[in-house]
Amino acid sequence: MSVLDSALPPRIALVGNPNCGKTALFNALTGSRQKVANYPGVTVERKIGHFVSPLGRRVQVIDLPGTYSLRARSPDEEVTRDVVLGRFSHEDSPDLLVCVADATNLRLNLRLVVELKRLGRPIILALNMMDAAEKRGCRIDAAALSAALGVPVVPTVAIRRGGVQPLLEQIDGAMAMATDAAENPASCGWSEPSSRDLRAYHQEVEGLLAGCVADAGLPPLATRRVDAVLLHPVFGLAFLFLVLFLMFQAVFAWAEAPMNLIDGAVSGLKDWVAATLPDGALRSLLTDGIIAGVGSVVIFLPQILVLFFFILVLEATGYLARAAFLLDRLMGGVGLHGRAFIPLLSSFACAVPGVMAARTIENRADRLATIMIAPLMTCSARLPVYTLLIAAFVPDRPLLGGLVGLPGLVMFALYAAGILSALAVAFVLKGTVFKGAREPLLMELPAYRLPNPRDIALGLFERAKVFLARAGTTIFALMIVMWFLASFPGAPEGATEPAIQYSIAGMIGHALEPLLAPIGFTWQIAVALVPGIAAREVAVGVLGTIYALSESGDALQSSLAGALAASWSLPTALSLLAWYVFAPQCVATLSVVKRETNGWFWPAVMFVYMITLAYGASFITYRVALALL
Amino acid sequence: MSGHPTPETGQSPGGRHLGELKKGERARVTGVDERGVVTTLPEGELERRMIEMGLVEGSHVEVLHEAFPGRDPIAIRVNEHTLALRRAEARAVRVAPAA
Ligand SMILES: Nc1nc2c(ncn2[C@@H]2O[C@H](COP(=O)(O)OP(=O)(O)OP(=O)(O)O)[C@@H](O)[C@H]2O)c(=O)[nH]1
Ligand SMILES: [Mg+2]
Repeated sequence: MSVLDSALPPRIALVGNPNCGKTALFNALTGSRQKVANYPGVTVERKIGHFVSPLGRRVQVIDLPGTYSLRARSPDEEVTRDVVLGRFSHEDSPDLLVCVADATNLRLNLRLVVELKRLGRPIILALNMMDAAEKRGCRIDAAALSAALGVPVVPTVAIRRGGVQPLLEQIDGAMAMATDAAENPASCGWSEPSSRDLRAYHQEVEGLLAGCVADAGLPPLATRRVDAVLLHPVFGLAFLFLVLFLMFQAVFAWAEAPMNLIDGAVSGLKDWVAATLPDGALRSLLTDGIIAGVGSVVIFLPQILVLFFFILVLEATGYLARAAFLLDRLMGGVGLHGRAFIPLLSSFACAVPGVMAARTIENRADRLATIMIAPLMTCSARLPVYTLLIAAFVPDRPLLGGLVGLPGLVMFALYAAGILSALAVAFVLKGTVFKGAREPLLMELPAYRLPNPRDIALGLFERAKVFLARAGTTIFALMIVMWFLASFPGAPEGATEPAIQYSIAGMIGHALEPLLAPIGFTWQIAVALVPGIAAREVAVGVLGTIYALSESGDALQSSLAGALAASWSLPTALSLLAWYVFAPQCVATLSVVKRETNGWFWPAVMFVYMITLAYGASFITYRVALALL
Repeated sequence: MSGHPTPETGQSPGGRHLGELKKGERARVTGVDERGVVTTLPEGELERRMIEMGLVEGSHVEVLHEAFPGRDPIAIRVNEHTLALRRAEARAVRVAPAA
């Protein structure tokens, strides 16, 4: 069947080594904004998009995880193999393979091209990163390479406007050839290459290079000089810890002013609504339910953006792969692979992409161990809870001559508690269920690249959108439900306590209280923890509503933090902090773990171990604090 | 250069391996042989991975950086790219002094 007359659009797949710019190319072709970053293993799923070719044909394009061979060593590489060989959920193999090769590193990249050529499928070779190759002084004769390989070769610069034009111009022609190929299908056999085959491929590549590449260039000197410091055995590690420390400190320091602004705006809005509307259920729903609830979550937007700013910059520069290198030996002490650092750092943003990023870890035991500890990394949804409690209970005292603040230090300690407990859990897991030597480390260290400010800004904008959308939907809806539960039924005649005590939420809280009393939680906390399972930060919103509804004339507090400081004891606050370090309160994480491990067993294990740790840690914290304070 | 195998060190007759190179040393790969290296991988797998990452007969390597502690893992330049690997597995790569 001809591709041209078929109803389905022709499909092309982007295949190539990790970090050669496939996703950047995909974004340039389709106008999407998939994640691009400077380390191998960014894309771990296939992504589908569309574009219109110069001849006006609609084309489907598939972005794939990078791989060094079709042998598929890890789950992400299996996706690539299955799509390319047409094994993926009964889909045919793509009509055209666009092999993407990093022009600065042709020797390595062409090896995969030679392997793919053996498939007998139509191929275009895109020599990407031509800008960088020229800067390095590589001289590549694309025409000769095309003649030697027998496939069209196009130079591209995926990150430059118009940089994919040469590829677009070849697409229609190549697709016509693909049609012919489909009519006389060449043998599409693939068998796992032996080491002899691999050596033969290398020989072939050497031949190609000798004929077509006058100068292959060298890795940039700048990267080497920077690495002489950043990969220094002592300074390197010190720098890494300094970066992490600065990151957590900045989350506090940089975000303070904008947070105060938002806080002012939220209370202004609340006062305005309160003054405009007549007293009644609607006013209470708006002020106590929606504004107090959603507002107390939205206020954390600046902190989340600061955190993401750091993560985006680290990802874009190429430093993440270095961190994995520096930490390989230390993480090996608890049985983890150096590469595990990358999923674990993503988990500071959110455990869901972190768990998915673990796909790049080849060995199943190593991967499971990484997945199991990813949720112990303090994700950004925990930030609001930490910040709120720190604001309420930790005095803002400058330390070290104003260099760091006490709140920032406490925040760092909470992050450290998460990290250390994760390492401890990994140690136990690797010593018991996941016994065995570690998978070898074989990882390319990409050249450093200056982050593009526009990309960082767009990345932050994207995050802000996601965060606000979540506040406007999930959290908004939960807040309305919680307001109802906390307002009805109203107080009986002659009630002495605030009305909320008699509401459904009050009843739920009081029912749970005995279970949580040993760890010092009040009934208000119990109420907040229930919707917190859907979204951790909702707990803060619920507390906002509860305390807004509980306010009586004399105990009126301007802020939620003030209300908490007035009504909780310090041991209770510490106990709640300890709870939040460990508690498995996130449905999204548990479901992604189920998906990635194909079953309920591992999410169940995760839930049980984390809730046990949470209860135990809170219990100890509370008892010790009671005894000492 | 310092890369000449010395009889006193009791090296295998084939010369040195990548795992024992020091920072700054350059060499040429003369063979990949995973026997004698302990790994979790099935037989033949480490060899194939090394080849796929460019560590194949004739490649030029240079040890650029060493991590901490124990100067392990190492970052090496392999022809045009930079690769991180552990010394234990680097033992599978036999090298001769760069010409
Ligand atoms: N200078 C230059 N940089 C590029 C070009 N294309 C991509 N990059 C950069 O190369 C890095 C990797 O790009 P990605 O698109 O994430 O690479 P990938 O092939 O999708 O990587 P994986 O998903 O990990 O396999 C990013 O830092 C990009 O900004 C290019 O043509 N020129
Ligand atoms: Mg990608």
